[in-house]
Amino acid sequence: MLSSNPYLATIQRDLLLGLRNPGRLLNPLLFYGLVALLFPLALGPEHRLLAQAAPGIIWVAALLATLMTLDSLFRGDFNDGSLELLALSPHPFVLLVAAKLFAQWLLTGLPLILLTPVLGMFFSLTGQSIGILLLTLLLGTPTISLIGAIGAALTLNIRGAGGGALLALLVLPLYIPVLIFAAGTIKAAGAGLPVDGQLFFMAALLVLAITLAPAAVAAALKINMH
Amino acid sequence: MIWDFFYKLASPRYFYAITGKWAVWLGWLCLILMVAGLYGGLILAPPDYQQGESYRIIFIHVPSAWMSLFVYVFMAFNAAIGLIWRIKLSEIIARSSAPAGAAFTFLALVTGALWGKPMWGTYWVWDARLTSELILLFLYLGFIALQSAIEDPRQAARASAVLAIAGLVNIPIIHYSVVWWNTLHQGPTITKFDNPSIHTSMLIPLLIMAVAFKLYFFTNLLMRARCEVLLREKDSRWVQELVIEGRISEKTA
Amino acid sequence: MTDQSSQTCTLKALGLQCDRGDRELFNDLSLSVSSGQWLQICGANGSGKTTLLRMLCGLIKPDAGEIHWQDKPAHQNPVLFRQSVEYIGHLAAVKPELSPLENLRFAAILNSDTPKHKLEDALDHVELYGFEHEPAYTLSAGQQRRIALARLLISPAKAWILDEPFNALDRSGVNVLESLIEQHLQNGGLAILASHMPINLPLEPAGQIQLTN
Repeated sequence: MLSSNPYLATIQRDLLLGLRNPGRLLNPLLFYGLVALLFPLALGPEHRLLAQAAPGIIWVAALLATLMTLDSLFRGDFNDGSLELLALSPHPFVLLVAAKLFAQWLLTGLPLILLTPVLGMFFSLTGQSIGILLLTLLLGTPTISLIGAIGAALTLNIRGAGGGALLALLVLPLYIPVLIFAAGTIKAAGAGLPVDGQLFFMAALLVLAITLAPAAVAAALKINMH
Repeated sequence: MIWDFFYKLASPRYFYAITGKWAVWLGWLCLILMVAGLYGGLILAPPDYQQGESYRIIFIHVPSAWMSLFVYVFMAFNAAIGLIWRIKLSEIIARSSAPAGAAFTFLALVTGALWGKPMWGTYWVWDARLTSELILLFLYLGFIALQSAIEDPRQAARASAVLAIAGLVNIPIIHYSVVWWNTLHQGPTITKFDNPSIHTSMLIPLLIMAVAFKLYFFTNLLMRARCEVLLREKDSRWVQELVIEGRISEKTA
Repeated sequence: MTDQSSQTCTLKALGLQCDRGDRELFNDLSLSVSSGQWLQICGANGSGKTTLLRMLCGLIKPDAGEIHWQDKPAHQNPVLFRQSVEYIGHLAAVKPELSPLENLRFAAILNSDTPKHKLEDALDHVELYGFEHEPAYTLSAGQQRRIALARLLISPAKAWILDEPFNALDRSGVNVLESLIEQHLQNGGLAILASHMPINLPLEPAGQIQLTN
């Protein structure tokens, strides 16, 4: 049964919707694995080359998989009027949106992280490298979900096949800092250099995204509910 | 008093009425400065002792790179004003800034690549500034694409304003992460005014070109914005009157 | 504490204006509805009925003019305003993957928590008894619409704003809704209904707003 706290109830409801729609949950994961496994086929099976390229490959695959999940983030609620229900509730819309975003990360970001050690094995990464990789994903995937939600909210009203490509155009440039720092962190760790600085920077990006993105998403949703 | 002026200027009709002359004056001034700057840069300034003649592309490259960033900030600022205070003219200005901004960014990229060929032996190197510039181009293209994907002009303006603000917050982050990613570049040449590392005979034409580029941007902006004002207000009485008086033709409206 | 039910409520709109793109949908539109009254908004498709309703409940900001609740601008106390207004648009806001009970419970939590038996009573009232645990995608369009109507039964809001509420309902659904509205008006509520068809309520509407293209 749903919690009586509106924010918890929103999270529960979105998790419930996700679990009753397993395809929505599993397809991005399959996509993630598949994209990552295309690279060895393109680059050749040499272990050293793959281990070196792995962090970048896995991160790009994670970015693209997240991108895939964005369109369904608000589309359903927008099409059936549930978004209006949330906007007209006496509770602050920004917080309800934030609850939805958290649920979205639990449904898409977290499974991605859980699948990563398996991918790491395919790329012959060491246990330590996989640990750092997971740490960057833990700090980075919420940030890219949050930034991506802005793009998803902005393109809500755009129908037709152009919408997905537009979403990618809007969102991918904003992903670059996360990508750079995540890949850089893993590279530095591989070379035996300290990585605290980079990890702190990624945490700072996450804090910034948590503070600003829900407000931007709420504003964008309200614009599109006109 | 100055606020009264801006308040009046925010009315599309008043804006259209007074900026016609401004655009002409700015355009001529821009042309004069551009000829002067190019003459100073391409003919008067001596060749560089290391780079020879090829360095002269900086008279285009550096002002475009400056403008690419300036225009984005200007555009995002206007978009934010339009979003927060619902001022139609600010929306129009933001929308009309984007094409010129994207063009400056593109120009900076192309001239950078052309300069790179003799310097580095290849058109493209993953240098921090060129890479940032490339990302900036995508930010502009995203803004333009979102504007044109939404049909309702006010909704388009508001949605792209949110995007522009998100971009503005991200630009410094993107820039510094790219710099961190690749610190391989010659240091900033221009900002060291106390101890200029370029000769005055090169600096003066460069600054003239920078002013000329800025004037070009504002000329272009005014002309685009005037056009956009007419489009947005095409059903209003004052535009209809302009058509009836024959001041603008039916086709343009 | 004052007794909420005996207090007279008033929803007013003053000089509303709406521009859509370069077209003006309406201009200087004013209305006023008080407890026990209902108002009908008529007009052809595309005349701006939905836009007006969305403006009245606060989803759209008017390009000019204000909405007043209890003679105070609604934006001064948005929480009170949102608690006082229940809007049901032409989209039912029903999640197909959730059961009627879950749908209703979520809608209830967004306003104020309601005990489970009240939710079940409400579903019973709109004749969804026996379907409350089925996923909503197995229900017909009319039944899904009834889930939305059940929201009215548990809502504490005094002002109902309903967009084409009789769409997709069968004869008995129409009867249920009509009696719901009647009850609501008798209890000191007020209602604004948009419809392109005539509405049969025993009580005459306090006014009619005709929107034209």
